[in-house]
Amino acid sequence: MTDIEPDETVDARGAACPGPLMDLIGQIRDAEAGDVVRLLSDTDQSLTDVPEWAEEAGNELLAIEELDDHNAFYVEKA
Amino acid sequence: MTEHVVIVGGGTGGTVLANDLADRLDPELDAGDVRITLVNDGPDHVYKPVWLYVPFGQREPDDGRRPLDELVGDAVDLRIDRVTEIDTEAQRLQFDGTAPSVGYDYLVLATGSTLEPEQIPGLADGGHDYYSESGSTALRDELLGFTEGHLVLSVISSPHMCPAAPLEFVFMADDWFRERGLRDEVDITYTYPIQRVHGNPQIAEWARPIMDERDIEAETFFNAEAVDPDSETLVSMEGTELDYDLLVTIPPHGGIDLIEEAGLGDDGWVDVDKHTLEAEAAENVYALGDTADTGVPNAGSVAHYQAGVVGQRLASEIRGRPATATYDGKTLCFIETGMHAASFVEFDYENQPSPAPPSEKLHWSKLAYNESYWLTARGLL
Repeated sequence: MTDIEPDETVDARGAACPGPLMDLIGQIRDAEAGDVVRLLSDTDQSLTDVPEWAEEAGNELLAIEELDDHNAFYVEKA
Repeated sequence: MTEHVVIVGGGTGGTVLANDLADRLDPELDAGDVRITLVNDGPDHVYKPVWLYVPFGQREPDDGRRPLDELVGDAVDLRIDRVTEIDTEAQRLQFDGTAPSVGYDYLVLATGSTLEPEQIPGLADGGHDYYSESGSTALRDELLGFTEGHLVLSVISSPHMCPAAPLEFVFMADDWFRERGLRDEVDITYTYPIQRVHGNPQIAEWARPIMDERDIEAETFFNAEAVDPDSETLVSMEGTELDYDLLVTIPPHGGIDLIEEAGLGDDGWVDVDKHTLEAEAAENVYALGDTADTGVPNAGSVAHYQAGVVGQRLASEIRGRPATATYDGKTLCFIETGMHAASFVEFDYENQPSPAPPSEKLHWSKLAYNESYWLTARGLL
């Protein structure tokens, strides 16, 4: 259990790839530098998509939280 | 008591559904037990796939436009008006101006996608598109005289209408410049928001080698942040800067505000059960086509197949029978791979696409379907 407080949460559970990553990118697009966005996704593809994109875009993936039936990704906008 | 079915949106999904329902419910319509109203905010039905060919001077926007009253059967009440409010509790719709509100027993939302270029600074001024009539003709004016320089096709975000069309455009442009002996003078770059060249992994895996073979540069993980029309540059959120001489984009898409205002879903897309297409947040409301947030491509074939499912379900409900028809994710697309060849894919929720080898026969099949589309709109094909 992480104690990171997100500024925004995107619930992309149920969305097929690449929906969750696009939802995260859309939220980061609107966020301010330093904001933390939490993405909820239940597709395994996000476990590779999200870290790859965060690195490419220079944003920091602070944590991945494994929950019962989905994962929560905490990304801080650079 | 007369059951009133209201369909909002006269695109592919709404028009096919109106005709499908009128056919299925012919006895009930004759007896006055059912009314079907199709609401559209303009008098014409627009077949958008025509726009892909407009920039190359091969089709005219009018080829994709016909009056709705010529396509929809007489048993359907056609109302040219704009819905301004959806009240799913009272099951009523409000219209523009002072027209009285209208009640419904069943509501189908087929309002489709709208373009939102204003989301990206500079895009409206610096970018061209072929996802609108005006965009396709403005692009034609530039493309027909374009003989050298850097052509950039940028997919700004996803989902967007017709996911195959960006690939089709660069494949067609490559072939078109080659045939005219201009390809050495024109560089082509294709950008896509995620780490591959298409949202669907199988289609991306098929398309990437074709792009490499034909010297179409691909920039992946490219999410456009801003366009500078003066310096003719496009900058991504990932920090890549591209110079262009002609910028063609797939602008950001959104649904209509009414849907979010009615509490039916975010960004104008209705949250639905992806099999029954029933709205999750309201009773007696369906959505189809781009409007239904199912995760399948925003494609005309999807709206067409979903209309058949919603038609069957509504007919069952109106007749007091259990509704059993479900949508299985069926999607069908032709993909132009040049000016004289095309591929074809068919897939659903369970089965992945396997693009067919490009052939002239498939290209002509696509063009033939585009002509016969008007039979689909009438509910005949």
